[in-house]
Amino acid sequence: MTPVTDIKAQMDVLPGLDPRAPLLHVDDLRVEFRTRDGVAKAVNGATFYLNAGETLAILGESGCGKSVTAQAVMGILDSPPGHVTGGRVLYRGVDLLKLGEKDRRKVRANRIAMIFQDALSALNPVYTVGFQLAELFRKHRGMSRASSKLRSIELLDQVRIPAAKDRINDYPHQFSGGMRQRVMIAMALALDPEVLIADEPTTALDVTVQAQIMGLLAELQHQRNMGLILITHDMGVVADVADRISVMYAGKIVEEAPVYDIYARPAHPYTKALLESIPRLDHKGRQLNVIRGLPPSLTDIPSGCSFHPRCGYAREICRGDQPPPSYQIAPHRIASCHFIREVLGV
Amino acid sequence: MFRYIVRRLLQMVLTFFGATFIVYALMFAVQDDPIQALVGERPITESQRAALTERYHLDDNFFAQYWYYMKGLLTGDFGTSMTNRKVSSMLADAWPVTMRLALLAIVIAATIAILAGVVSGIRRGSIFDNATLVITLIVLAMPIVVLAPLAQLVFGIKLGWFPATAGKNATLWQLLLPAGVLASLVVATELRVTRASVAENLRADYVRTARAKGLTGARVIGVHVLRNSLIPVITLIGVDLGALMSGAIVTEKVFNIPGVGFNLFRGIRTEDGPLVVGFVSVLVIVFLVVNLVVDLLYAALDPRIRYE
Repeated sequence: MTPVTDIKAQMDVLPGLDPRAPLLHVDDLRVEFRTRDGVAKAVNGATFYLNAGETLAILGESGCGKSVTAQAVMGILDSPPGHVTGGRVLYRGVDLLKLGEKDRRKVRANRIAMIFQDALSALNPVYTVGFQLAELFRKHRGMSRASSKLRSIELLDQVRIPAAKDRINDYPHQFSGGMRQRVMIAMALALDPEVLIADEPTTALDVTVQAQIMGLLAELQHQRNMGLILITHDMGVVADVADRISVMYAGKIVEEAPVYDIYARPAHPYTKALLESIPRLDHKGRQLNVIRGLPPSLTDIPSGCSFHPRCGYAREICRGDQPPPSYQIAPHRIASCHFIREVLGV
Repeated sequence: MFRYIVRRLLQMVLTFFGATFIVYALMFAVQDDPIQALVGERPITESQRAALTERYHLDDNFFAQYWYYMKGLLTGDFGTSMTNRKVSSMLADAWPVTMRLALLAIVIAATIAILAGVVSGIRRGSIFDNATLVITLIVLAMPIVVLAPLAQLVFGIKLGWFPATAGKNATLWQLLLPAGVLASLVVATELRVTRASVAENLRADYVRTARAKGLTGARVIGVHVLRNSLIPVITLIGVDLGALMSGAIVTEKVFNIPGVGFNLFRGIRTEDGPLVVGFVSVLVIVFLVVNLVVDLLYAALDPRIRYE
């Protein structure tokens, strides 16, 4: 096999792909886990979109379905027990959920890549990072061992791992936490994807390293004009890097807005409660506002608006059968609540 | 690494002396009248008895006898069996036979255990998984003293699929049935460990990463999961060599294979002290060396393990 240096040269053709269609549009995605204890509805009609070069943060508590959404988009849900039961995942006009496994596999890493929270467990402990990187070039691009190794070193250089040439034969446990996450990023960006999904990429790192990693991600994203979906529960990280925010609760996007608007004037009671639960210096000495109650059990999601048992605005209408509709508040602003006006304070 | 090996070799010397001492003491304790055992039914004169007692140091106390024996052993002299053959030449005859049998058993056991273990680890709760569970439980519950004659009777004599006995210069085909019986001793645990290990590794985060990289299912399992899953299995296969050696005593007797187990069986029955101690000493060495090799292999397979 001849070495291929032009990375786009052997990119597999995806049937029905329209380069002018929107980058990523997830529409009414539904995922459930069928277990012995019952059916857990993890994602209940999640809808969001992502443009090239843009950062969308999906924000929510643990167990709200944000990681499951990402795995469903990637097509790497553990199935069984996980099943996608409805909706569409449109990548450049192609519904990924309708693709066969072979075509779907070509999308992964090539067009949509993902990085995970804990790089130590996400990397295979018994193979060198060089092997795990080069594997992508060898299997997806048919490159030779020698040239894929050179490409891997280039990549490690790009994510600024010092002495990349020497470290290519090291194992994951020989790297520090931050360096490991850089390896993870290099791996995700190896095949030049258009969409990168980062699932809590900095949660396992300490704060200074967090900032470095987020800075690196933003820089690489800018260079490549890549769409970035940042899955996180950290409001601080979101404020720094995101363009838009989708707030997720019980498997649904309850509010979607540009980052500035959401911090200035949240439109959904849940978003508002989240913002109020951030500790603030000027509130020192006062009791912290926490959201009372627990996130709902996914096997038993409340009827109507799933946030109503914990919501200060809730009235009879919120407990009914129908969930609140999504109201368009402004261009690019959507919230699902019967009492938007009151929450916004209009 | 070098220091680790040296330390292990020093430990092996201690273990070796301890083990041979115990075996020697046991054989010494059961010995009734070794001279009578040597000459058998024939009468023996007082002067002959005195000469033999002198020659074998039978009047000396236990420790002195052990000392003479070890002195011989360390200079390469394994002594003479009660059958008047040199123990060293018996060892040289018996070991190649047993090695072939044991290696064949290891290959059979590992092949079945790994193939079936991987499949049932992937398809947990399937018919295949449950069937292997039942079969391995039956095999585990069956002692080799039952299994060996039973297999010989059913497959060797009644069905006639395999030769019923093997003999000295047995072909691989003749060794297949005894090796299968021997393999059944260890195959069940190896299979269960493989299954558990594969099932655990399938849930690992790095598997999700491998799938997110767009690798084929075969590569995710065959390259990423398998290498991690086999680490404990390979260790177990090494340790199982001990079980195979003890199993060989019965199996070789049943299938008439003149290997280490066959000789040991006869030696124990005829109270042939030099033979038993000599054979067991070599067994101990083999067992210790295999354990060391397994531990080194473990480090080679899992880069996280480094010996100081």
